Amino acid sequence: MADILKSEQSPSSVEHIEAEKGVDQPFLDATELILNMGPQHPSTHGVLRVILKLDGEKVLNTECVIGYLHRGVEKIAEHRTYAMFNPYVDRMDYVAAVSNGLGYCEAVEKLLNVEAPPRAQWVRTILTELNRIASHQLWLGTHALDIGAITPLFYTFRDREEILKIFEKYCGARLTTHAFRIGGCLYETYDGFEQDVKKFCDFVTPKVDEYETLLTTNRIWLERTKGVGVLKAEDCIDLGVTGPVLRASGVKWDLRKAQPYAAYKNFEFDIPTGQNGDTYDRYLVRVAEMRQALRIIRQAVDSIPEGPIMGKVPKVMKPPVGEIYHSIEAPKGELGYFIVSDGSTQPYRVRVRPPSFVNLQALSKMVEGALVADVVAVIGTLDIVLGEVDR
Amino acid sequence: MDPVATPYFFYGLSAVAVLSAVGVIMRRNPVHSAIALIFTLLSLAGLYLMLYAPFVAGVQIILYVGGIVVLFLFVIMLINIERMQREYQFNKQWLVGLLAAAALGALFVAVYVKGQSIFPQHAVRFPEQLNTQQVGKMLYVDYLLPFEIASLLLLVAIVGAVVMAKKRI
Amino acid sequence: MLRLYVEEKMLSITTFVIVSVIKIVIALAVLLTAVAYTVWLERKLVGRIQNRWGPQRVGPFGLLQPLADGAKFIFKEDLTPPYVYKPLYIAAPILSLVLALTSISLVPIGNWVTVRGVRTPLEITDVNIGLLIILGITSLSVYGVALAGWSSNSKYSLLGSLRASAQMVSYEIALGVSLVGVLIMSGSLNLREIVDMQGGHMAGFIPRWNIFRGQIVAFFVYLAAAFAETNRVPFDLPEAETELVAGYHTEYSSMKFAMFFMAEYANMITAASIATLLFLGGWHGPLGGPWWLQAILPVFWFALKVFGFIFLYIWIRGTLPRFRYDQLMAFGWKFLFPIAVANVLVTSLIVALQK
Repeated sequence: MADILKSEQSPSSVEHIEAEKGVDQPFLDATELILNMGPQHPSTHGVLRVILKLDGEKVLNTECVIGYLHRGVEKIAEHRTYAMFNPYVDRMDYVAAVSNGLGYCEAVEKLLNVEAPPRAQWVRTILTELNRIASHQLWLGTHALDIGAITPLFYTFRDREEILKIFEKYCGARLTTHAFRIGGCLYETYDGFEQDVKKFCDFVTPKVDEYETLLTTNRIWLERTKGVGVLKAEDCIDLGVTGPVLRASGVKWDLRKAQPYAAYKNFEFDIPTGQNGDTYDRYLVRVAEMRQALRIIRQAVDSIPEGPIMGKVPKVMKPPVGEIYHSIEAPKGELGYFIVSDGSTQPYRVRVRPPSFVNLQALSKMVEGALVADVVAVIGTLDIVLGEVDR
Repeated sequence: MDPVATPYFFYGLSAVAVLSAVGVIMRRNPVHSAIALIFTLLSLAGLYLMLYAPFVAGVQIILYVGGIVVLFLFVIMLINIERMQREYQFNKQWLVGLLAAAALGALFVAVYVKGQSIFPQHAVRFPEQLNTQQVGKMLYVDYLLPFEIASLLLLVAIVGAVVMAKKRI
Repeated sequence: MLRLYVEEKMLSITTFVIVSVIKIVIALAVLLTAVAYTVWLERKLVGRIQNRWGPQRVGPFGLLQPLADGAKFIFKEDLTPPYVYKPLYIAAPILSLVLALTSISLVPIGNWVTVRGVRTPLEITDVNIGLLIILGITSLSVYGVALAGWSSNSKYSLLGSLRASAQMVSYEIALGVSLVGVLIMSGSLNLREIVDMQGGHMAGFIPRWNIFRGQIVAFFVYLAAAFAETNRVPFDLPEAETELVAGYHTEYSSMKFAMFFMAEYANMITAASIATLLFLGGWHGPLGGPWWLQAILPVFWFALKVFGFIFLYIWIRGTLPRFRYDQLMAFGWKFLFPIAVANVLVTSLIVALQK
């Protein structure tokens, strides 16, 4: 594949056609076509570049090229104090910024050996689950668009808007929220927060059914997604794939249950799993997760405890020398933070384990032997956010 | 309204047909050849129309121009044109080629000389509205067996082509 | 045809030319307006389906949006990428548009009318193999797409045009065969005669449209094949924007792109017109009326039926995802084609038994 890359970078396509096909190859057998998908392509979800080696429309080989959105987030952390780095993590998975913030805050709290007060835990859980719904809605809309259904996108964006409104009322920001602080939450919930969240739950429950009426039993949708991009459970584990992609392959692994964080151990919810590990199962799992998230939110809002929202943390945070790995179940999979402290106010090293980056590795395995249209479907079903892949 | 300017149409269409037919074999770029072939077939369709055979003209366009040449083009689009243009496109069969050309020319001359007695000077004009039915009757009543044999031959050719082209079935 | 021959023989060549030119101008103006407002209608309807307003800023209800779009297309920079094969790159969009506009010349939209003593059909020309010629012109339109993709020298364009040519050639067969049933029933290739056969009622109230006379299966086969022929959702693979960026017209901009765009919508209108003429009784409608309405009503019914089809096109666009290439081929060859052939067999058997 390395020489493919080289030939692709030549400025004129005429020249590289020469380069690809040697002079002596019989021309009718030279059916291989090298297609450069991205970084500017409508459905690579940002700046992902995929080089496809095609036989007609059949995919023989793929190579992902990432890094077009690399901003050096991890390096930036080494020159910021723990509190100052907090907003940066929102810019990784920008459609699930709240989850990113939660993971980072909890990791630093673990390092500092403090714990957020129960009320903060509850608020965090509610907001994170709301964000999970928002992330899945955005995924569903864009995934359906990739497969050619243009309408679900507008439905999901309409409903996601309600979530963003709640975020805006809570912390003033809609997308990159910076909702949490190390040691709790900065803001007390606004008046009517509970009612708003409850109203949203009642509002969105029928809407999820509405998405399903458009897609779940649609013949074309079934044909386009069933048996496409199959990933077996063993392959998932080998590749380190997590999140809905793993669960759709039949592995019941969810960090909210396996190593509960925030307030999750207080709530009842199921882990939806699939059997076939194909695109359709991943779709079903994510839709089911939206419903489970609503279930969690309903329980959390009803049982939200009184008390302080911010724990006691020192003004100048100087964690003891050591290292910590803390991971949470982000909407896309396991989001982990590995933080090394040298005892100063700034982390010595922060390493993020982003779910999209790891899940993206499965792409080549999933699209081998598929068609070009399947590549688009598979990129969609992996639910990647390039801000997180490249950091 | 009677037909107007018939000879001009005839000579115009014939000229296009002949010139583009020459283009088909003379052009180095196969895409140009295919496009020249389209012009040949279209002007042939025009000539059929002038012979009061609109059905044949329509079928000529749908099948040949809209179907077969598209498939030619389909294949040509996939091959490497640059390489094709550099290749020497004529194999050195001058003797056979000359013989074939001479035979064809002799046939033309013979038809021209003899034909004046075979065909009447002014052919009878067919009633136009029955044309399509006549074609159908010819194919399915008068010449049913040859028609079926031809279709069977074509089927065999299709299957043979698929078997030859597809290495792994 | 004989009738036409007699009727038009009475005209002098001058009158014939003048009448034809007037009809061509009117037809072109109507068709281009229809194309522009089909685009408007699509944006508006898909907007409503998707919870949006659609165009609403330019003029009341956004009715002037097509003008704004046109102005934008004209003033956009007309880029020609390097390494394209220029003659065909320029010819392809023109070819697409010309063929799309030509096919409407054979579509009758109403009865004969007499204006100032000149009796003429409401179409540009009445040919006795009208349907065959329309099919021929539609089959040529694949060249616009195929040559555009090839001459662009871009891989996305090439893939798009390969998909398009394969798809259009394949679905043309199902489309053509689905029409044979109607042709057997009416015994003519003349669109006007086919429509005349469908006048009147059966059992007192059911119109004698071909769709109610046993051709309903053929109608649905035609519908699916026509969607594929015009590259519309769910068969819009040649220009699938999420896979091939924009398919065969990826490298086109400005008016050249607009020509493809207009050709697509003109083809939609032609396909809808043929469906109306062949299956839905053309300009025959349920209501009569006073004499002054008699001239307008057929055109109104025809337009209404065509509008119904356009609405269906748009509705489906807002609802369905896209097929995959192999599924598309399988659907065309293994499903539509056998059904169409079976329909021809059954229809001809019934017609033969009735005789």
